[in-house]
Amino acid sequence: MKAVITVIGHDTVGILAKVSTRCAEYNANIIEVTQSVMEDLFAMVMLVDITKITGEFTDLQNALIELGDQIGMKIHVMHEDIFNSMHHI
Amino acid sequence: MLNTKDILETVHMIDAENLDIRTITMGISLLDCADSSIDLSCRKVYDKVCRLAERLVPVGCEIEKTYGIPIINKRISVTPIALLTAVSGGNPVKYAETLEKISQTVGVNFIGGYSALVHKGFSAGDRELIESIPEALACTSHVCSSVNIGSTKAGINMDAVGMMGKVVRRAAELTKDDNCIGAAKLVVFCNAPEDNPFMAGAFHGIGEPDCEINVGVSGPGVVRHALQKCPDGDLTEVADIIKKTAFKITRMGQLVGTAASEKLGVPFGIVDLSLAPTPAVGDSVAHILEEMGLEICGTHGTTAALALLNDAVKKGGVMASSHVGGLSGAFIPVSEDAGMIAAARSQDLSIEKLEAMTAVCSVGLDMIIIPGDTPASTISAIIADEAAIGMVNSKTTAVRVIPAIGKQPGEELEFGGLLGSGPIMKLHNDRSSEKFIARGGRIPAPMQALKN
Repeated sequence: MKAVITVIGHDTVGILAKVSTRCAEYNANIIEVTQSVMEDLFAMVMLVDITKITGEFTDLQNALIELGDQIGMKIHVMHEDIFNSMHHI
Repeated sequence: MLNTKDILETVHMIDAENLDIRTITMGISLLDCADSSIDLSCRKVYDKVCRLAERLVPVGCEIEKTYGIPIINKRISVTPIALLTAVSGGNPVKYAETLEKISQTVGVNFIGGYSALVHKGFSAGDRELIESIPEALACTSHVCSSVNIGSTKAGINMDAVGMMGKVVRRAAELTKDDNCIGAAKLVVFCNAPEDNPFMAGAFHGIGEPDCEINVGVSGPGVVRHALQKCPDGDLTEVADIIKKTAFKITRMGQLVGTAASEKLGVPFGIVDLSLAPTPAVGDSVAHILEEMGLEICGTHGTTAALALLNDAVKKGGVMASSHVGGLSGAFIPVSEDAGMIAAARSQDLSIEKLEAMTAVCSVGLDMIIIPGDTPASTISAIIADEAAIGMVNSKTTAVRVIPAIGKQPGEELEFGGLLGSGPIMKLHNDRSSEKFIARGGRIPAPMQALKN
């Protein structure tokens, strides 16, 4: 099972490091990382494997949302199925 | 493989364009709860609905969290209560009180089905239930009511239409200290669908399974945003953009419906692929029409623009879902749509134009605030006009008007939440329809051939 983490906000040093550290704490394996620009904002998209995470999926979600609040970025953690169903037939 | 652009598009739709699932509605049959004792019947209703819907709200919240998509309401629809009243007799308000108690126990936002289906005539329990609607809506806050007074195959039951004018007025009078909210929870239908997840008209039809999950999507903001990217395209391009956007929105509804059905162990019914506005800025159907090139919703061209929108939403949504049903199309509730409210305030949007729009939109005259001194016969005549449009065109139409008791044109009602607020709209109150409504009887079903 995979989840997609999106991080959107003003670009600063160390975003990738902080998000990946938090993922490691929950044993979420990062499969792919891409960066992009959305309406003048920095946008990072990570695909993570959540099959072997420690704790519940919502724990990982809450931890990352909390991190987002701390570093002033908007972080979403969503199950990959929502993107697959919306954008693939 | 997932594409970064697609992912960011979805996130932007949710964050900035108010994309949401409007409702997960669990439809529950109460036919096996009917008992000759009304108290026993109410107890069976309470036990069955609480048992089946116990996990509805927690499961809804879990899905919301997993997929990161807001699910605004969790609701229940039940078998029309008139069918239970037919067996049990007694004061139907007891059922309304039971439904209210259920809504508090399981934590749902609304529970619909305080309803009667009388399109051809009244059977046991129907009159009693209809007459009790104002009291039932005044003494509850989560219960919604609907009455089907006409259909393409049966014609229009004008005796019921006559009754409903009085019932709508009375529902507003009994709640006049609370913005006449009673009338906002009451819909009068022609060709009512049996699987509609949207309130106030949701009920669980007798042809439906014992229990099922229906989902209502939303997303006017997403459609408008997509159109903003194509300011000069012709209307063929506009229709294509709407179809593609509706497809994506509906896919999300299908995903949520399937997930809810699996987690609750209840069959998946339908996705209602509706564009349901909210009073929030950026979530307006009127603004989509204005994005197409109308200076304001209500001006000439509005009906054509809405016809295009309504049709394209259906075409896009149908392929995205395995089962589509309910009301499916664009809603035009005046007080629930920021653009409609503005157009009504500036008097660019009139009730006559709204009536024309209902011939091509998904439902009917919805959330329209009318003067408090409007006679019951005029309300009945509005219902008859609207039902005639539905009956002749083989579509669902409905009337949800709120007489603003004690208020005059120029004043406003403020319902709050999803129901919004709005100005009192002008009617032809100085010209009576009383004699016509007093005749009663039935308007015969229309020809299904020689269509002109």
